[in-house]
Amino acid sequence: MAQLVIKGLQVSVEGESGAIEILRGVDLTINSGEVHAIMGPNGSGKSTLAYSIAGHPKYSVTGGSVTLDGVDVLEMSVDERAKAGLFLAMQYPVEVPGVSVSNFLRTAATALRGEAPKVRTWVGEVKEAMSKLSIDPTFSERSVNEGFSGGEKKRHEILQMELLKPKIAILDETDSGLDVDALRIVSEGVNRVKSEQNLGIMLITHYTRILRYIKPDFVHVFAGGKIVEEGGPELADRLEEKGYAQYAKA
Amino acid sequence: MSSVLPTNYLTPTGREEAWRFTPLKRIAGLHDPAVSVIDRISIELFGSARAGFNISTVKASELPAKSTTTDAIVQRLRSEVTEVVHLKIDNEAVINEPILLKRSVGSSGEFSRTVITAGAHSKASVIVENTGDGIIGEEIEIRVEAGANLTFITLQEWGPKAVHMGRHHAIIGRDANFKSITVTIGGSLVRLLPTVEYSDQGSSAELWGVYFATDGQHLEHRVFVDHGIPRAKSRVNYKGVLAGDGARTVWIGDVFIRQNAEGTDTYELNKNLLLSDGARADSVPNLEIETGEIVGAGHASTTGRFDDEQLFYLMSRGIPMNEARRLVIRGFFTEIIDKIGDEVIQERLMSKIDSQLETLGA
Ligand SMILES: Nc1ncnc2c1ncn2[C@@H]1O[C@H](COP(=O)(O)OP(=O)(O)O)[C@@H](O)[C@H]1O
Ligand SMILES: [Mg+2]
Repeated sequence: MAQLVIKGLQVSVEGESGAIEILRGVDLTINSGEVHAIMGPNGSGKSTLAYSIAGHPKYSVTGGSVTLDGVDVLEMSVDERAKAGLFLAMQYPVEVPGVSVSNFLRTAATALRGEAPKVRTWVGEVKEAMSKLSIDPTFSERSVNEGFSGGEKKRHEILQMELLKPKIAILDETDSGLDVDALRIVSEGVNRVKSEQNLGIMLITHYTRILRYIKPDFVHVFAGGKIVEEGGPELADRLEEKGYAQYAKA
Repeated sequence: MSSVLPTNYLTPTGREEAWRFTPLKRIAGLHDPAVSVIDRISIELFGSARAGFNISTVKASELPAKSTTTDAIVQRLRSEVTEVVHLKIDNEAVINEPILLKRSVGSSGEFSRTVITAGAHSKASVIVENTGDGIIGEEIEIRVEAGANLTFITLQEWGPKAVHMGRHHAIIGRDANFKSITVTIGGSLVRLLPTVEYSDQGSSAELWGVYFATDGQHLEHRVFVDHGIPRAKSRVNYKGVLAGDGARTVWIGDVFIRQNAEGTDTYELNKNLLLSDGARADSVPNLEIETGEIVGAGHASTTGRFDDEQLFYLMSRGIPMNEARRLVIRGFFTEIIDKIGDEVIQERLMSKIDSQLETLGA
């Protein structure tokens, strides 16, 4: 059992005229095996929450705490957070020219496991995970995210999650830009990892569409840099009907 | 050798445009007629002779240069060198294994001239491997005859004290393709002139290069592509990484499209990655166009630091900072290093770069 606890998290970014406060006190606890949907309008701070937990240098935490199984996450470097069991599937995965997908995956797995994976089993593991996500085997030799379509990038994020076996995953708008087929493939991947590894999931999304494939246990509405309403799956249906307008300037 | 040779070239003072970046104090008198330099054959075929080419030493007077140059060191070495190495690739020869030439240079300054002739419709690749701590001024003139395909690779894997002033000039014939890959990772002071001219139409040149400078190294590449005939093509792409205090690189990319060079298609690119505050990269692309009747002409140059987003992405997958940096640097160079087409050499160069980075703690 793993537990991610976010308490009173306040985060700001450096703007042109000084620090801009974006997160205004976020409280959220995610346990292994739970799916928490974070839903909110564009600009409400969802990605800021995701990046802050992962340790992106652009964001400074000005208050609150984040712990994983009681250990302070905010004290850790970015790679240490991954080693502790956190994973972020990014809204905009980054291109890394000249670094092949296979080299990248092997290097990451080696770093996380503390030793190089056995060549034989590893190659099989990667192949199988790729085929389950309908990723063409030739992707192995391509540069990370370079020239990938939006859908390919998202599948590649889930591929990493499947291979790197985190305890808690944050999926930042993994559904946006996916057509129905890709959405189904990606969602099946997420559900597979969840059931095999008892993954805890923070599922950030703008739309309710993905919730038909990945069933949330909890729904949190995010607006103006904090959670403004919480509930079960039925809350998502209400959002579907009424939209976010009701939370404007909450 | 007399130290008061009459000269018809001017000794650079450092104020000239072509020399303004170069630390003349460190070039061991190669530019200075008052300092005598040994005339020596330092380049040798590695491995045994094979079918399709021949390597010989001939009198300099029998194989005069076909190109003109304004470079003072090249002018000087042309006047002093008495013997020339000639690598002749037979007409229509197709040689799959690269022809490997190795050079070992002594510690007193020396001059060397080499001519490579790629016979008509031949296809081959030539690798020149430079190692050791020598001091050398050299010219390689490459004559790519009609329909020939030549890949010309020079590896500057010099030791930390080496001084290397070189001109690698290609004359490209009708429908011929010339591709050069210049790798400069060693040496105290390296100044190379990878230059190209076309002797007939339908010809093309690709000039690729990588350089990696650490503490106190001065690595300078002055590319010049002279489009003097119609319908020729050129692509130039050099990438550099600088790490450590006083690491210094200079990249000049001169492309000249003369009035009669209609239908020219050219693009040049230089990218530098600066890893330390104390390093300095100069990048000067320069396009001069005398005719509007061209297919395309462009250039771009960037000098920047590590991309934080790339490092964050890699680290968010558990990869430690140092290793993430190494991956990004390897990735940066891969595009060009992979064109060498020899995995053993490629891996050797990459691990040399890796171990230098490790020494620097970068
Ligand atoms: N570097 C920055 N400078 C100024 N404002 C920023 C910066 N980065 C993000 N923001 C602002 O922070 C807010 C939250 O952004 P984000 O977390 O990306 O929202 P979401 O993911 O919910 O769309 C937005 O209003 C955005 O404009
Ligand atoms: Mg976002």
